[in-house]
Amino acid sequence: MMLDGFKRFARNRGAAIGLVILLFVILTAILGPLLYPDSPWKMVQRPFLPPFTMDGLPLGTDALGRDVMAGLVHGARISLLVGLVSTVVALLIGVPIGALAGYFGGFIDDALMRFTEFFQTIPSFALAIVLLAIFQPSLFYVILAIAIVSWPPVARLVRGEVLSLRSREYVEAAMLSGQGTLQIITRQILPNALPPIIVLASLMVATAILLESSLSFLGLGDPNVMSWGYMIGTARTVMRTAWWLSFIPGVAILLTVLAMNLIGEGLNDALNPRLSRKSR
Amino acid sequence: MRRTLTFTTATAIALALSLPAFAEPQAGGRLNLIIQPEPPSLMMGLVQNGPTQMVAGDIYESLLRYDENLEPQPSLAKSWEVSEDGLTYTFTLQDNVKWHDGEDFDSSDVVFSVDVFLRETHPRLRASLVHVEKIEAPDPSTVVFTLKQPFGPFLGIFEAGTMPMIPQHIYEGTDFANNPMNNTPIGTGPFKFEEWERGSYIHLVKNEDYYMEGKPYLDEVYYQVVPDGASRAVAYETGQVDVLPGGSVENFDVPRITAMDNTCVTDKGWEFFGPHSWMWMNNHEGPMADKNTRKAVMHSLDRQFALDALWNGLGKLATGPVSSSTRFHDSDTPSIDYDPELAKQYLADSSYDGETIRLLPLPYGETWQRWAEATRQNLIETGFDVELVATDVAGWNQRVGEWDFDLAFTYLYQYGDPALGVSRTYVESNIAKGSPWNNVAGYVNPEVDALWQQAAVSASAEERQELYSQIQDTIVDDVPVAWLLELGFPTIYRCNVKDLVTTGIGINDGLRDAWIER
Repeated sequence: MMLDGFKRFARNRGAAIGLVILLFVILTAILGPLLYPDSPWKMVQRPFLPPFTMDGLPLGTDALGRDVMAGLVHGARISLLVGLVSTVVALLIGVPIGALAGYFGGFIDDALMRFTEFFQTIPSFALAIVLLAIFQPSLFYVILAIAIVSWPPVARLVRGEVLSLRSREYVEAAMLSGQGTLQIITRQILPNALPPIIVLASLMVATAILLESSLSFLGLGDPNVMSWGYMIGTARTVMRTAWWLSFIPGVAILLTVLAMNLIGEGLNDALNPRLSRKSR
Repeated sequence: MRRTLTFTTATAIALALSLPAFAEPQAGGRLNLIIQPEPPSLMMGLVQNGPTQMVAGDIYESLLRYDENLEPQPSLAKSWEVSEDGLTYTFTLQDNVKWHDGEDFDSSDVVFSVDVFLRETHPRLRASLVHVEKIEAPDPSTVVFTLKQPFGPFLGIFEAGTMPMIPQHIYEGTDFANNPMNNTPIGTGPFKFEEWERGSYIHLVKNEDYYMEGKPYLDEVYYQVVPDGASRAVAYETGQVDVLPGGSVENFDVPRITAMDNTCVTDKGWEFFGPHSWMWMNNHEGPMADKNTRKAVMHSLDRQFALDALWNGLGKLATGPVSSSTRFHDSDTPSIDYDPELAKQYLADSSYDGETIRLLPLPYGETWQRWAEATRQNLIETGFDVELVATDVAGWNQRVGEWDFDLAFTYLYQYGDPALGVSRTYVESNIAKGSPWNNVAGYVNPEVDALWQQAAVSASAEERQELYSQIQDTIVDDVPVAWLLELGFPTIYRCNVKDLVTTGIGINDGLRDAWIER
């Protein structure tokens, strides 16, 4: 089953490309600081040096004479960190809430779903801005804010899955055999609800990266952290004279988000073969 | 580098053109300017913030104006005399001056404006008026101010933003703040208020009965309200406005706009205000309480880089607390130049042991944010651990007012004289939690306090210079704050607009002399 899934994933050309790009980004994030040990904030040359004009500064310098390549490399870390951690946090909030609501139903379901809808009705980006305006904009709170605005879809998805799985015979068998509620949810139901959660999670990482970039673009990110969104945000003001300063990190974001989406798609095909065949 | 070059060329052209023009002024035409932000009111006796002064400077006048060296020039007073002992100031008013509603302007209006109206409404003037014993009007064209003791900067307070003339026949005996006439201001100035379409424009028209023959030259003036910085730049590029007063476009747009055809730029017209920027250092507590740490910070700052990269080379490096355009500036003070090695030495001698320094940028846009980032990097290279604290304007005011920072960017006006705009930042009596505009750093030096006091009430300019030089020497050595730049706010305008900036107060002094060449 697992092997089949892997084969199906590998056969999906888009997913393979996505995986290659992502591996490249991950590699950059891990090895980058070795290649660029200096702070990306360091002002190394005169400002607005165009790309490919000076050795050692392949992508030129920004408005303060900072190395764009160094910024890009260090920014990869931040983007991946924010994407992964905020997704994990969102799952930690969303999965239990969805599982409890789906399993118990009734009043608990109602209460939890109304609570979820409360978050869902507020546009997530607006909510993230409000949260960061209340908190001190730092990396911790950026991650927290993104997690807070992205868990509701997880809760709804998990609830739906649990709702359909809990009436299956093997779950009833587990109940009859005297397993505890917690055990049934974690051992019997959730493992079978995993495939759609994984797919959703991969897309959430992409959304989180975009959200972080948008927040930094607006100047609501951590001012002490060099991120791709920050780079575009500062370059926005000189868009007409130094367009490449916003273009380069923009491409980085585009590729990373695209890769995550391709992978998500591939995972979807691999883990839900029947569903994907139907949709083709 | 091309950008910088064209920009320098533009500056050179502007400087050449700002020399006295020999062409005969031509009358007529309409001038469009940006006003940013939209003023809350145009009644200058009640509101004196920047945008109000810029528009209301056309409507209201005072007794004097000041040239770029801050020498007094005639305005509503055609001449003035100061007694030998520095206690009696006698002003003779211009003839045939009328209010915009046709009433005559005379000396009783002056007495009413200063002694009654502004004494009640204008805190900054009130602080100077404590030195005044009485104000009298012996005849309709003469006003006499008698002081209790000599007050050195006294002749510097007769500027329209500090002492606008208010019509007695409209305001006497009324509730000043709620007088309905506040919405249709009446002054003596070269332009009359016509219409204010909120959120869109303020329309002024020529005062046909202006006391100066032939002036003003312009028929109408529109101050356009455009809330977004990029749109203001576009408004100039598309020809919707002809003048971008200082601060109306972001610095990074300046080189692009000044490279346009028929575009001139000048950084004159701010000498009276002398906008002076520095970083507050928290002398109350924390690492900055140590003088060696403060010196390490001061010498870490590459201010020339900030001037070139962020301010387009407009402005100057500050040498100490007093701006070079303010009177009694002394450049012969201890060096505060960029010197990373010296900074490291001072840091090694200091009590700093790696605490995180909290640096507050000024939340006034991209330039200030970039400046804080560059400063942070400068400090890190010296060996500090620095964290930028992101705030909005309200948060900045609160944190600075409550001394909840280690370093914080700011800038303040100096109003031409150290006693008016500089001492307030450094005297102990001005330390009070809650306001971000007083001696926030918490600098305490009783000896210097005594000198400030002495210098303010001295009648002799030589003696004042001596005292202020002494003060500047001591304060620069104590580095209570880290002085940055004398800010240059470029006024950008079409080159065929002539005599736009003719005084040290710039566009805020009204468009009395401005004309359009066709």
